[in-house]
Amino acid sequence: MPQPVPPISVRKGGRILTFWNIVAVLLVLGVLVFLAEASRGVGQTLAELRMTPVSLDPANLPEYAARTSLRMLAAMLLSLLFTFTYATWAAKSRRAEVLLIPLLDILQSVPILGFLSITVVFFMSLAPGKVLGAELAAIFAIFTSQAWNMAFSFYQSLRTVPDELVEASRCFGLSGWMRFWRLEVPFAMPPLIWNMMMSMSGGWFFVVASEAISVGDTTVALPGIGSYIALAIQQRNLAAIGWAIGAMLLVILIYDQLLFRPLVAWADRFRFEQEAGVTPPHSWALTMLRRSWLGTLLEGLFGVASRWSLYWVVPRHNNPGRARGGQDRVARWLDHAWYAAAIALTALAFWKTAAFVSAGVSVSDVKEAIQLGLATMVRVFVLIAVASAIWVPVGVWIGLQPGMASIAQPIAQFLAAFPANLLFPIVVSGIVALKLNPNVWLSPLMILGTQWYILFNVVAGASTVPSELRDVGTNLGVRGWAWWRKIALPAIFPFYVTGAITASGGSWNASIVAEVASWGDTHLEAKGLGAYIAQATEAGDYHRIVLGIAVMSAFVIIINRAFWRPLYSYAERKFRLS
Amino acid sequence: METGSLLDVRSIRKIFPKPGGGELLVLDDINLRVEEGEILGLLGRTGSGKSTLLRLIAGLSQPAAGSISYLGQTVTGPAPGIAMVFQSFALFPWLNVLENVELGLEALGLPPHEIRRRSLAAIDLIGLDGFESAYPRELSGGMRQRVGFARALVVHPNILLMDEPFSALDVLTAETLRTDFLDLWSEGQLPIKGVVLVTHNIEEAVLMCDRILIFSTSPGRIMSEIKVSLLQPRHRLDPRFRELVEQIYVAMTTQPSAQARSLRSEHFPGRGIGSVLPQVSTNRLSGLVETVAGAPYSGKADLPVIASILQKEVDDLFPIAETLQMLRFADIGGGDIRLTEAGTAFADAEIDERKRLFRRHLLGYVPLAQHIRRVLDERASHTAPKSRFLDELEDYMTPEAAEQTLRAVIEWGRYAEAFAYDDEMATFNLENPA
Repeated sequence: MPQPVPPISVRKGGRILTFWNIVAVLLVLGVLVFLAEASRGVGQTLAELRMTPVSLDPANLPEYAARTSLRMLAAMLLSLLFTFTYATWAAKSRRAEVLLIPLLDILQSVPILGFLSITVVFFMSLAPGKVLGAELAAIFAIFTSQAWNMAFSFYQSLRTVPDELVEASRCFGLSGWMRFWRLEVPFAMPPLIWNMMMSMSGGWFFVVASEAISVGDTTVALPGIGSYIALAIQQRNLAAIGWAIGAMLLVILIYDQLLFRPLVAWADRFRFEQEAGVTPPHSWALTMLRRSWLGTLLEGLFGVASRWSLYWVVPRHNNPGRARGGQDRVARWLDHAWYAAAIALTALAFWKTAAFVSAGVSVSDVKEAIQLGLATMVRVFVLIAVASAIWVPVGVWIGLQPGMASIAQPIAQFLAAFPANLLFPIVVSGIVALKLNPNVWLSPLMILGTQWYILFNVVAGASTVPSELRDVGTNLGVRGWAWWRKIALPAIFPFYVTGAITASGGSWNASIVAEVASWGDTHLEAKGLGAYIAQATEAGDYHRIVLGIAVMSAFVIIINRAFWRPLYSYAERKFRLS
Repeated sequence: METGSLLDVRSIRKIFPKPGGGELLVLDDINLRVEEGEILGLLGRTGSGKSTLLRLIAGLSQPAAGSISYLGQTVTGPAPGIAMVFQSFALFPWLNVLENVELGLEALGLPPHEIRRRSLAAIDLIGLDGFESAYPRELSGGMRQRVGFARALVVHPNILLMDEPFSALDVLTAETLRTDFLDLWSEGQLPIKGVVLVTHNIEEAVLMCDRILIFSTSPGRIMSEIKVSLLQPRHRLDPRFRELVEQIYVAMTTQPSAQARSLRSEHFPGRGIGSVLPQVSTNRLSGLVETVAGAPYSGKADLPVIASILQKEVDDLFPIAETLQMLRFADIGGGDIRLTEAGTAFADAEIDERKRLFRRHLLGYVPLAQHIRRVLDERASHTAPKSRFLDELEDYMTPEAAEQTLRAVIEWGRYAEAFAYDDEMATFNLENPA
């Protein structure tokens, strides 16, 4: 070839100003303005905040929406930071792993809403009298709803990086730092992004609970959609509820289009399966970024940063293999010391908790909490059964229609983000008007947001059923109940179990919000552990809060271990196709 | 220390710990040298530890005893002058061809323009021009392995380690890649000074290597060394080529029984309850028996011929042949397979008669099958959990091997209707035996 080969990263240059360039500039400016607007109030004092209370004027909604979404973004960044550090540490250090992973497992099952009251006090004390403290508390609450599953997914990815790629990267002398960014993070990216989307949906539920915080006699209402909704419920303003739903819908849509779609489309290249021919996900925002100079700029910056980090942050020469022999004894000794320390710490924590709870709680309280827990458990199981009966057939039907799945998916995702509080007006008025039993009729609120996980998963399962399998069914004339029993249900079962586990865990959490509902001055309450925690929070009774959380965590963990996990491994073994 | 060797491997032992305690000897007393300008072949079957040895040389794991020195220096971790080509390519799916090739150079911390220049040169050399911006998933297997080669060559290694680099490719593609590689090698276009090739394909070894070390299985030992002095390019139909292939077949088939004879008086390879059974389906057993029984072999055939007719490599064919030998349907030796009387009867029989014959031989000559049947007969319930036998087997082998052995015996037992197995309950039973 006569002319030298140009480096690949050189873009087909030429036009300076394209359509995509203009859109990109406008978007960047928009984001900057948005950030400035939304972060304005952070430095205020609480007194100043009270001067401008949240108002139900829809004109304020754009600002509230901006501030709420900024909180969620901050929480997401924190969650990512947590994921990259905590999960990496757990995956890389055998000693850390034995402690960190069970801890994560428990954090996943602890009712996050119960935390709220305790963390608020802590964060407020960090910045006394300032809005910052309340902001941090709200962000932390959202963080706790987002971080655990992300960290778990990342940890699992790190543990399943294919051996041959690890060997290749070691063989070619990649340093640990380089391996992390070039191998491990890319490999973990697709499941992580999927979990980020899930977390974001889950986060909405908590925004409503965390922006209008009241613990005992401290009440703070941070400007945001959550506070707006809380106020609307308090004032029985149906129109305002409508506005809030609209604003939420819009924010979710924007997040989807500007953040998650591009991320999913971008992360597609990190899929490890190497088959071609599947239509890759598409995002207009990503196309825009790629075609404008902004994309080139970002790519360049990223390239420089990564090169800089590779060359300067990390010593260039890979360390020669450490001599192992002789250190074994020291390592074993360190192991023992570490386990001893971990056990001592756990014992201390247990003792402290027990002492704290027992100081204000009697045995009958514990008995009561357990009884209430049983009531909530019955509710959760019945609800899961009912939701399954409804959504499994629907999900199978959707999954088997080509093209339907891609339409149903975003709708279900929006519905999953839909906070139960928004339905309070209808439910409470309905129960009062028809004189229904709140113990029964408040329950559906618990599964409102979580039932969609069942639908998600069943749809995903049904759409992966090989067409040969369906053809065989048709060919042999299998139909009716036999078709469900022999073909459809076994094929989706592992997926269904995954969805049901998520839905069940989420419902426990949601019980704290859903077992007590109010609309203006009408307060309804169902007997259950969720209501118990909610009341304790309102009364500022920390002993009962801790007791309630502990009992609920115990319930969730026991149910997971004794019921869901065995079911899951059975499903995996018996029904997983391939 | 003598000079001139690129690589000097001395008295290497490798031991894997077993989870339930105890140790498994994988490699024992391995000595070898790689001289400048030579392609050394490590030929052996699955379980002969040849890939393990390659990973030791690459510095990816450490030996239990012995030393490996590269240019006079002991290898304790991945050495910059040793690069590897992987069986499964091991490309990073999220990096395109160019980025995959550049990776090793980036790790060396070279300046960007140098990285780009050398990578493009390597891509050019290996025939990937025009594919620079393609992602691995867009490439065929052959093209992917070319990227694997380019990535290894770009770091200008002195030694290239190849771990069955062509075995994941179809026959035609593999042949093209081998030829291209040998052309570049004999024209002196490659930056490398020596090659270690792991393979289980006898013809590939004879085609490519200057020297072949034949490994025995469990534990891996070097059984014999064969020099190949044919000039490149070599031709498969060359009589001297065929002779070498035959010679290797003989070496590989006579070994187990010779070893067994020395260990015990039994005529067939040492098959106590604790021996690993290969997972060979009964269809394949029948298929080989029928082939050997049919024309033109009528009961006796040359293994290399059978291998090329059935398009099987050593790793596929040997386990089938050896299982037949264990069941006393065939005799193996001197590179030949010869059906026994029972084997011929099996070939002629109908399905029910076959099953009956198979059952008699399975329960007669496979101690594990015998043992399982006896336990089932003795118990009042006529059932026994899988874990019971798994535990017993794990005294002799790794958990994976135990699992595989049980799966093999389950399939044979089911075919023979000697016993049944319920996977859901993980129990053996006698529910539908004849």
